[in-house]
Amino acid sequence: MSTASIPPVSAEVSGTPVNFRSGNDPWIRRRLLVSRAFLWSCRVVTYSSLAILGVLLASIVWKSLGRLSPNFVTSYTSFNPEKAGMLAGIWGTFWLVALTALFSIPVGIGSAVYLEELAKDSFIVRVIRVNLSNLAGVPSIVYGILGLTIFRPLMDSLEILFDGRHAIKVLGLFRIRLLQLEIFDGCVLAGALTVSLVILPTVIIASQEALRAVPSTIRVASLALGATRWQTIWRQVLPAALPGISTGVILSISRAIGEAAPLMMIGVLTMTSLCPGGIESPLQVLMNPSRLLAVPFDQFTAMPVAIYDWSKQPDPQDRFAAVAAAGIVVLLAVLLTINATAMLVRARAARNLKW
Amino acid sequence: MAAISGGMSSVPPSVPGVDRNLDTSAHPAAIDVRGMNFYYGDHQVLYDISLMVPERSVTALIGPSGCGKSTFLRTLNRMNDLIEGARCTGECLVEGQNIMDPAVDVVLLRKHVGMVFQKSTPFPKSIFENVAYGPRVAGERNRAVLADLVESCLRRAALWDEVKDRLQTSAMALSGGQQQRLCIARTLATNPRIILMDEPASALDPASTDRIENLIGELCANYTIVIVTHNMQQASRVSHQTAFFFKGRLVECGPTTTIFTSPSEKQTEDYITGRFG
Repeated sequence: MSTASIPPVSAEVSGTPVNFRSGNDPWIRRRLLVSRAFLWSCRVVTYSSLAILGVLLASIVWKSLGRLSPNFVTSYTSFNPEKAGMLAGIWGTFWLVALTALFSIPVGIGSAVYLEELAKDSFIVRVIRVNLSNLAGVPSIVYGILGLTIFRPLMDSLEILFDGRHAIKVLGLFRIRLLQLEIFDGCVLAGALTVSLVILPTVIIASQEALRAVPSTIRVASLALGATRWQTIWRQVLPAALPGISTGVILSISRAIGEAAPLMMIGVLTMTSLCPGGIESPLQVLMNPSRLLAVPFDQFTAMPVAIYDWSKQPDPQDRFAAVAAAGIVVLLAVLLTINATAMLVRARAARNLKW
Repeated sequence: MAAISGGMSSVPPSVPGVDRNLDTSAHPAAIDVRGMNFYYGDHQVLYDISLMVPERSVTALIGPSGCGKSTFLRTLNRMNDLIEGARCTGECLVEGQNIMDPAVDVVLLRKHVGMVFQKSTPFPKSIFENVAYGPRVAGERNRAVLADLVESCLRRAALWDEVKDRLQTSAMALSGGQQQRLCIARTLATNPRIILMDEPASALDPASTDRIENLIGELCANYTIVIVTHNMQQASRVSHQTAFFFKGRLVECGPTTTIFTSPSEKQTEDYITGRFG
């Protein structure tokens, strides 16, 4: 019965010479056309978004030319657009990101290791796993409110550390003067904790995925050689996952640099001539390292906040637009530098692995 | 019975170092399993297994896929602990101590009962680091001691001459057969007494398989080896004792020559002569 459904080989068909040149068969021509149209539409969407980005970048750079100069990054902001600079924002963002990295990297990688490698598959663990991606999608302004309601009062409760409201006592040995009276209004520490919350879900998810990509045979082989769980994770699994983890961490840090909303929520400064800890150049860190201790408790401003503020400055000739554009150029330059460093670090980590 | 006698004449010669006529009854037991039952959750995988493995000999575990032989092998160094929901009852004495005891330190146990897997699993590190890993995690830091150990283990695994000039290159660049011998060298470096092998040659070409089999012949003078294999010829070539598993039960266990020439169970006979499985 099955033989009946197979058409007999016709002598005519097998006898006709086949022409492999295209353009003869209308059906094949149509398929080729569709395939080519698909290729071109992919090209168009890719390059059009690239072109828009290029136009945007070019217009910003063009606008910034009026203010972009070496003294833009070495001077404080001012009501005079000719003099307004980004020094406070650069240092503020630097300390913010440094502290954020300090909190979010160990906590993020530690949580990922726990969830992927150590935790038993319990109800709570499953709830956490599912909700991590939900948390990653929460708008950062929500974390800002969280920071406002939790971290600022928390900082206030740390008052025992302080002598009055102007200085920190360090082990009763010496005092470090703070720059602002209202010490806890949007200090670097509160900002860093808030931004850590914003990026933690992303750090954890990226680390989890990197850990999951490590073949389980490596773990089993390591355990079979008499390694403990800790040794297996520390010597085999983490090194193998490090390139992936560092990519996730760097992308999250880049996001932290660009965040303005949660910082404004907790009340960072806008027009300020204050660098946290009064540190205006790397040299001062070496000359007076004790100032580092004041950094977390000082008020600050960050690059995106400063840019936002400039873009809102009332000015009849709109001269602050150039300042804001210059700020954006500097912010982008910093981001690019960090991403480039990330690629180097990643390449380094991957080279130690001998796949 | 014609098939059996056909099977008898086709028992291949054993590899050098494996004397199938060796009387292992004089050897003390390295592993003594008594009434072992094993479950994945509610699903029972092993039923009342009792098996004795004599010291410094090779025991082959044969049987069709899914018969539980690999699961059984992994209970011997408690690798099944890693599987959630796995449960084991009964006794398993390794050198007289019941390793099912919760007080047993699995890290110490696995150091003494090494394991070689079906798929070679080199770490993404250099050849040297792969072999040195076991001693390193056990606390050895002396470079010179490690270097000596790496050399002697690679020599015993018959790999030294091929890799001595590129110890710092990636272990991933080795061929499949070399990787498997590296994994054996890596296991030897922890100084085990017992080596478990889970189909160590099933992914290798005939020449590499041959090298692994000869290696087993050399190693069994000093180590107790338990090997799981799908290859009947291999089981008969390398082992003193053969155990046939079927559907989670140990059907028959005896000297390899006996199992392959005159098994007492019909199931064994059918499997060995290729009537099923």
